[in-house]
Amino acid sequence: MGGPELLHPPVLILQATGTNRDRETVRAVEWAGGRPVVLHVNELRRCPAHLHDFAMLVLPGGFSYGDALGAGRLLAADLRWLFQEELARFVEVGKPVLGICNGFQALVKSGWLPGPPAAGVQATLTRNASNRFECRWVWLEADPDSPCLFTRDLPERLYCPVAHGEGRFVPRDEAVLETLRSRHLIALTYVAPAAGGPATYPDNPNGSVAGIAGITNEQGNILGLMPHPEDHVFPWQHPRWTRGESGGSGLSLFERGIRYAAQM
Amino acid sequence: MDYRLEVFWRAGLPDGRAEDVLRQITALGMVGVRHVRVSRLYFLRGGLSPDDVEHLAQELLVDPIVEGYTCCPHPLPRPSSGRRDGDKGHSIEVAYHPGVTDAEAENLLRRARSMGFQVEAVATATRYEFEGEFSPSELEAIARQVLCNEVIQGYSFCPLQPAFLPRCEPNLQVEVIPLRQADDAELARLSAERVLSLSLPEMQAIRAEFRRLGRDPTDVELETLAQTWSEHCQHKAFKARILYREGERTEEIPGLLATYIRAATERLNRPWVRSAFVDNAGIIALDEDWEVSFKVETHNHPSALEPFGGANTGIGGVIRDILGVSARPIACTDVLCFGPPDLPPEAVPAGTLHPRRLAEGVVAGIEDYGNKMGLPTVGGAVLYDTGYTANPLVYCGCLGLAPAGTHRRNPRPGDLCVALGGRTGRDGLHGATFSSAELTPETGRTVGSVVQIGDPITEKALTEAVLRLRDEGLYHAITDCGAGGFSSAVGEMGREVGAEVDLAAAPLKYPGLRPWEIWLSEAQERMVLAVPPENLPRLGEICDGLDVEWTVLGRFTGDGRLRVRYGEQVVADLEMSFLHEGWPRPTLQAEWQSPSFPEPGLNPPADLTPLLLRMLSHPDVASKEAIIRRYDHEVQGATVVKPLVGAQSDGPSDAAVLHPLEFSTWQGLALGCGICPSYGRIDPYAMAWAAVDEAVRNVVCVGADPERVALLDNFCWGNPHLPDRLGALVRAARGGYDAALAYGTPFISGKDSLNNEYVDPQGQKRAIPPTLLISSLGIVPDTRRVLTMDLKMPGDLLYIVGETRAELGGSLYYRLHGALGNGVPGPVPGSMETMRALHACMRRGLVQACHDLSEGGLAVAAAEMALAGRLGLELDLSDIPRTPQVERDDVALFSETSGRFLVEVAPADAAAFEEGMAGHPCACLGRVNQGPLFRVHGLGGKPVLSCTVADLVQAWKR
Repeated sequence: MGGPELLHPPVLILQATGTNRDRETVRAVEWAGGRPVVLHVNELRRCPAHLHDFAMLVLPGGFSYGDALGAGRLLAADLRWLFQEELARFVEVGKPVLGICNGFQALVKSGWLPGPPAAGVQATLTRNASNRFECRWVWLEADPDSPCLFTRDLPERLYCPVAHGEGRFVPRDEAVLETLRSRHLIALTYVAPAAGGPATYPDNPNGSVAGIAGITNEQGNILGLMPHPEDHVFPWQHPRWTRGESGGSGLSLFERGIRYAAQM
Repeated sequence: MDYRLEVFWRAGLPDGRAEDVLRQITALGMVGVRHVRVSRLYFLRGGLSPDDVEHLAQELLVDPIVEGYTCCPHPLPRPSSGRRDGDKGHSIEVAYHPGVTDAEAENLLRRARSMGFQVEAVATATRYEFEGEFSPSELEAIARQVLCNEVIQGYSFCPLQPAFLPRCEPNLQVEVIPLRQADDAELARLSAERVLSLSLPEMQAIRAEFRRLGRDPTDVELETLAQTWSEHCQHKAFKARILYREGERTEEIPGLLATYIRAATERLNRPWVRSAFVDNAGIIALDEDWEVSFKVETHNHPSALEPFGGANTGIGGVIRDILGVSARPIACTDVLCFGPPDLPPEAVPAGTLHPRRLAEGVVAGIEDYGNKMGLPTVGGAVLYDTGYTANPLVYCGCLGLAPAGTHRRNPRPGDLCVALGGRTGRDGLHGATFSSAELTPETGRTVGSVVQIGDPITEKALTEAVLRLRDEGLYHAITDCGAGGFSSAVGEMGREVGAEVDLAAAPLKYPGLRPWEIWLSEAQERMVLAVPPENLPRLGEICDGLDVEWTVLGRFTGDGRLRVRYGEQVVADLEMSFLHEGWPRPTLQAEWQSPSFPEPGLNPPADLTPLLLRMLSHPDVASKEAIIRRYDHEVQGATVVKPLVGAQSDGPSDAAVLHPLEFSTWQGLALGCGICPSYGRIDPYAMAWAAVDEAVRNVVCVGADPERVALLDNFCWGNPHLPDRLGALVRAARGGYDAALAYGTPFISGKDSLNNEYVDPQGQKRAIPPTLLISSLGIVPDTRRVLTMDLKMPGDLLYIVGETRAELGGSLYYRLHGALGNGVPGPVPGSMETMRALHACMRRGLVQACHDLSEGGLAVAAAEMALAGRLGLELDLSDIPRTPQVERDDVALFSETSGRFLVEVAPADAAAFEEGMAGHPCACLGRVNQGPLFRVHGLGGKPVLSCTVADLVQAWKR
């Protein structure tokens, strides 16, 4: 144990035309101990099996294909048409997959979250209740009983910005919501800064059902979330750091994913 | 076979989009509409079976969780189904005109084809259905005032005909214009008829050149000259000789650019200025490793006609300016000037949109482009004035970062001329010449083709491609296609060496463009590069991998000519020297007469609190959070000081600070701006000085070093051929020059937008208030020491820095009373020295918060600091450094004298701070309160302002 490969597991950051938060994702992965490699969908599609050279996959934020036809929709089609088999193997062996914002949208719309894909698309991320793009910081609370490897034993709430126009999580029906709840697949929930009670706008910035900010699969190795942990990895990114406030760094999500990837 | 697909919302949750439309309808006063439904329409043409269409719908178009759909052949066989007839009078369908950029349709077409479906064409539209009580004329009003902008869209009350592009053949028609025989009257007629915007002397110069050549010009040549010589591309008013009269004195000014703006930069001769007024953007050196570029553009005329598309392509254009200096775009700024949001509908001039609708469209356009490009929009301002009702101003800025020395700007003979990015369409024709014309009620109808919508994702891909090409050193020169399209890009780039291009090679969005249209098209998202032939294969590899289309248009020759072909046919052949230097330098008349406005003669009440609260609610001052949060200001993770700061993250930051992830030091970049058009109505010289002062103070407030601030100037003015407009411009340019020298801040880039005049149906010309935007770029030596303006700690002391003079001319205080007055804030001689001292204190960590005093003076600045920190304060004005004329409390509180700051200092640091500021006007006025009380005692010690922080917040957030 302990080769450089294991200490710094290679992390694939998969980019599509219109992805735009790849660069700060690279930095977050580096700071968390991973070795980031950015590939464009066009590059990976030439040899989809290349995916297995990586220990972890991140689908970063942005507007893949301009979000034409709905946020993440065309990237979801890519996942299903170009990478379905390879991704299935990747997930099955338990490697971590993190989808942020646009990446989350693509994972939900391709059926990977909550999954399994064979169960079809069970939820969506649609236009914010405000019908506006919202850029604001939100508090996130993890479900301590969730199987999600990214949020396991988080020491504190997370604090990071959302920046999206289509982040309102809507499950297909009550049954799906009930499954998400009972199996603790709602890994992250928007919460009010003061404890207690469900978050309302703007703490829940998009009107997500049950304040759902991020969900995981039953295996716990896929996490999708709308907020941007990669935009809060340094104390000076905190919106009130000049007032001495700190905490809630998003780096801990990356660290957990990468540590897990390194130990596989 | 054509199909019509209708995708509608079916979730039990309310549809935000429909609620938004209903809100806008209600705002028009139509309360009868109770419910709105919105659905998307897709029209598909091609060899498709109904099953294919179902498949496409499910795979790509319908979100099964929240949407349902119907699908039918189009048009429906007659007689049509009952439903369509039944809902006539209750629905409106809106679609883009054919040829307007529709990214959704293009993506659908591309994806459907790659899935193997025989799709020939795709069009989209939106359908709105209404319930409630309303008349047909109200429905029409909804269509025209809320849903559809007829410049780019059409609407129908019954099922719409899809906007498929008509099939058409290539059109090789080149016209030869009999110019040699034309008399002057004919020349003038030609210029007007073809929207050339050329003056008679310019037309005469062209006639003389073609008489010399012994032939008549082609339409391509005439259009090329009109574009190259346009005000937009040449800045003629800034290069012209000016005879300037002020009072009895007349003097000759060789040119505003050379005499004032560039002269300031040259005289200052700052070693860190890398490029000023030469490239697409100004460039300064940060250190040995990095160069920072900055550019601000305006997109006023297009935004007036189509706010979304105008602002959208404004952002797209300025981002390409940054790409044009081989830099990575890293942030955007926006300054917007609109008519009053509460303008009564009957006061909206003919042919113009209501300011509210304009503002909504502009903000949405910026949001769409900036967010999709992944650029944080971190700075700006929004101003409201009746003078902008017909001519809104949209300033778009972009900041760029590049490794030192990577920008290449010299094409060599033999290099290939390569076009990169979007395809060429008829969009944006005559943009360069149109922007040099005045708006009339007819403008929207006659020049609809100049308006376009951007496609940020094409530009995003283009950006990534250009940066890879740069990193591999694959090109010798690069420029963007802005106003004037290929004509401008190739003409500029080949200026020294000459170029030859074949328009038949240009990829088109649709056939049927005539050669001059291809050449002049201002289709967005295109760059032109000079590429050595041996690098072409690698360029192709990179671009193909990123889905960026590339084409070899021609080559750079070395013969100093501009030769344009369409296939074998030569359609233009001009000498570069005539093209660029042949325009006759005009002599323009300028005159300045100091206006005299009535003084308001105010008799203020003892309690000024209600007045302060009104100021906080004034649209210029009030919270812009509703706009700011629609712009992504966090992307790229570099925003150290955000546009909104303070205890609840909602206070108005003076400037943004970025710490780009590339930096290995603690240095940061601060972006600020100064703009004060109300002073310009009294004296443009004072306005320019105040704008420079404010722009510099903004960045100094957050921690930038005043020794390392670079400025950009953007003049938005009326018609420079009218002596009073030009006289005001001369004074503003002088003010900018004097201030830049006084502050040691070079101008590195600038742009002007003239002819911002509206000619009303009676023929009356109305110019905008002369408006100079100064944007500032400051270097923050240590981002660990940045400051925000919110009050931090009860018990801290509050100091005013700078002397207060009785300067209320153009102030918010006067404007609230419907007056301008005359005593406009003037130059502050020692301001730079004071800022140096203040900055030194900041570097030593002696300052907790700092805010500049601007609109509303000390009172508004103190209120903003309090509300941002959610902490009260107690001030006493008795000791305020002031001139003897400041005798009254309202003057002391609301005067807008430049060069002033309000500064929070911890008691433990007070002695050191006072020592640091010794010799400068500076006094302790009070302290931060433990509780929520906001109290100010006047010059005589009596209370003049008294309320709670909650009152301030409520007024400011309206």
